[in-house]
Amino acid sequence: MTALPDSLPSAPEVSPPRPPGGAATVLEVDHFNLWYGPTHALKDVSMTIGERQVTALIGPSGCGKSTLLRSLNRLNDLIDNLRTGGDVRLRGDSVYRRGVDVISLRKRMSMVFQKQNPFPKSIYENVVFGLRVDGEKRKAVLDEAVERSLRGSALWDEVKDRIHKSALELSGGQQQRLCIARAIATRPEVLLMDEPCSALDPIATSRIEDLIVDLKREFTVVIVTHNMQQAARVADVTAFMYLGRLVEVGETTQIFERPRFSETEAYITGRYG
Amino acid sequence: MADASKLPPLPPSPYGRFFRDGHPWIWTTRAVTAVLLLMVVGIVGIVVFNGLRTFWPRRLVRYEMKDGSVVVGEEIRREVRRVGLDSREQEEVFVRVGNREKYGGNDFRWIVAADVKSTSVPEDLLSFERMEHGPAYGRVRQVLEADVVDGRRVQKVVAEGKGALAALERGIVEAAERRASRLELQEGEIDTVSRAVDDVNDRRRWLARTVEPDDPAFAVRKAELDREEATLQERQQGLLQKVGAVLKEDRRHLVLLEDGAGDPWPRPVAISQVLRIDAVNELSFVGRVGLCVARFWRFLSQPPREANMDGGIWPAIYGTILMTLIMTIFVVPFGVLAALYLREYAKQGWAISAVRVAVNNLAGVPSIVFGVFGLGFFCYLVGGWVDRTFFEQRLPTPTFGGGGILWASLTLALLTVPVVIVSTEEALAAVPRSLREAAIACGASKWQTIRRVVLPYASPGILTGTILAMARGAGEVAPLMLTGVIKLAEDLPLDGEAPFLHPERKFMHLGFHIYDTGFQSPNVDASTPLVYSTTLVLLGLVLLLNLGAITLRNRLRKKFRTGVFG
Ligand SMILES: Nc1ncnc2c1ncn2[C@@H]1O[C@H](COP(=O)(O)OP(=O)(O)OP(=O)(O)O)[C@@H](O)[C@H]1O
Ligand SMILES: [Mg+2]
Repeated sequence: MTALPDSLPSAPEVSPPRPPGGAATVLEVDHFNLWYGPTHALKDVSMTIGERQVTALIGPSGCGKSTLLRSLNRLNDLIDNLRTGGDVRLRGDSVYRRGVDVISLRKRMSMVFQKQNPFPKSIYENVVFGLRVDGEKRKAVLDEAVERSLRGSALWDEVKDRIHKSALELSGGQQQRLCIARAIATRPEVLLMDEPCSALDPIATSRIEDLIVDLKREFTVVIVTHNMQQAARVADVTAFMYLGRLVEVGETTQIFERPRFSETEAYITGRYG
Repeated sequence: MADASKLPPLPPSPYGRFFRDGHPWIWTTRAVTAVLLLMVVGIVGIVVFNGLRTFWPRRLVRYEMKDGSVVVGEEIRREVRRVGLDSREQEEVFVRVGNREKYGGNDFRWIVAADVKSTSVPEDLLSFERMEHGPAYGRVRQVLEADVVDGRRVQKVVAEGKGALAALERGIVEAAERRASRLELQEGEIDTVSRAVDDVNDRRRWLARTVEPDDPAFAVRKAELDREEATLQERQQGLLQKVGAVLKEDRRHLVLLEDGAGDPWPRPVAISQVLRIDAVNELSFVGRVGLCVARFWRFLSQPPREANMDGGIWPAIYGTILMTLIMTIFVVPFGVLAALYLREYAKQGWAISAVRVAVNNLAGVPSIVFGVFGLGFFCYLVGGWVDRTFFEQRLPTPTFGGGGILWASLTLALLTVPVVIVSTEEALAAVPRSLREAAIACGASKWQTIRRVVLPYASPGILTGTILAMARGAGEVAPLMLTGVIKLAEDLPLDGEAPFLHPERKFMHLGFHIYDTGFQSPNVDASTPLVYSTTLVLLGLVLLLNLGAITLRNRLRKKFRTGVFG
């Protein structure tokens, strides 16, 4: 295992940088810092996420990928003793400003978690959960959302005959696709995915990868992954994180073929992590 | 560091494996569980056995004594007792001889086994169940009709000998019909009218308090009240006359019984006093089982008689169920809301920990203390305020200002709320974080997350707490004695009379009934079996309530926890 230098190159001066590939900016992370009590988990992270691109976050375990992802929709608010510095902006709207309506911001970003977590309700109720909390009651709207989202997550054909059955009766992979359906049902602007395939077999994984590529046409996707091939297959842009810092962001081909930093190269060639 | 592989291996110990595998502990746990099980089975067994035996029709035995006297009764048990100054041991038989008023108020008797010359079980002996004075044993001699001729009471024999029994049975049916019509009158119209009279009296007192006697309005209002009372009283008189006629008819139909030895009673008694005749000695086993079931059913469905020494326990069952339900209606929302605040909203710190400790310790406060609190706070303070505000006319007679089923239920709710809080908190803590995060990430607010995800998921745990609270509340007696339980309630707290639920009424309760029949009864031998029977019913009731809640919980569990591999 190669030891890495303690002092890492500082973030690029242009702050925040333009998203690679010339896409419009959806999310900007601006000199963001985060502390879990005494632990400084994110150190001065700045990056931009381009519209209708898949951005992959990679890096060794514990480097802060999940933390960064969960900072985007302020899911970390649930944790005690959390402090943040800097800001995140969703199309220019500050996420961390005082008095901001966190709930309506979260509705513009949906999340899919590492471990599938469907609600103990019917498939139907799982998909429309986001709409229901918005107060949507019209059956036609809900029905349309269910079919659209389940088709969108490539689950419709498998479950269309039993959408009123418990979601807990689905297989693990189906449950994960249900969670994706739940996330896209409210037509969010950004889809945040934290290792969505880590608990799935290769077939389910490849289905979800295909799905992510499909979803790109409509959504902006940020995905955390440990799987280099997956990042290479699905991501337009890849960001490498290490020890709470964002080391390098770039177009996926550039990161994988011509990484600028030796740490990045060491990680993607599997020499550590 | 020494290389472990180079050390010599440990010698095999003959006991090593035995202890390493934990056999002594496994056996200890088994033994403890077995002891526990034995104790539970033992106590339940005793209650079930004795509770049901109360209703089992025993044979009526005729003991001919060596001195020529005859004793007839149910043999309760045989015992070797120490008697006399030299306390010598002798076998004695404990016999229920019935006919209480004939034998000077005590219908149980010890007879010396050695003094018995012979015993027999005559087929024609009958057991009479009576309104008053417990059972009578013997035969029917004459059925009579009393009439007043020229101002003198004369009795005419209607049936005698073989026909007497059939005539008595007909008489019992007629008396039952008369009783039903009388009760309908008494509990219906008469009750309504006497309530109206009470109301007029309340208004009269109110008038005296609020209007000066020399005010002209006083006279007008007083005259109004007088008129109202006069009509009511007239109506009441009419009704009472009807009842009087029924009672008079009751007194006309008489029966002369014989005791077991064949001697007639000194005087005939009213047929309406006899409720049932059973030829217990003739019954087959199936007949006995049937009679036992019938008696048990009557015990469950009828009100008590004779200062709770006889009759049934229906009002107590009713009161217990109703009180437990009212308590549950209060305790569940209260406990769940408190737990929600403590677990979900409050900032966890020393203050919340202190509250939690306080709540848990509340469960250790002796229940009588809750009774005192309930009496002081609910009955006197809150009830007093309710009376002054809404029932001022009736003062000084308290309406809510004394014990009542509402205050008793609230007191028990307070007593059992820690159970609900603790189990709800545990259930909330057990809701997977991932589910909360999923809801939050979908844009649900904290409250929406709780309502739509957390509470449904925690509901089986909340129900567990409810079950525990109900079981505890249903069996609690001490606080009730201060806050509204009563030895004998005339009216049920929920009945057909508007407004149907009467939260201010006192009520009967199985737990208190056990205490009352067991320890306050003038006739211990007669009431002890009823203690077992009442306990059996209380146990059964708690079991039923629990089974209901457990079924509900299991349904919910199934709904929320079935999953493919977790
Ligand atoms: N709730 C928390 N409280 C305190 N420290 C935390 C908490 N969550 C994460 N951390 C710490 O923050 C750092 C980053 O964690 P994070 O979960 O973001 O890593 P990650 O890159 O997602 O790792 P993995 O690939 O294993 O999921 C780790 O050192 C972790 O110990
Ligand atoms: Mg992670």
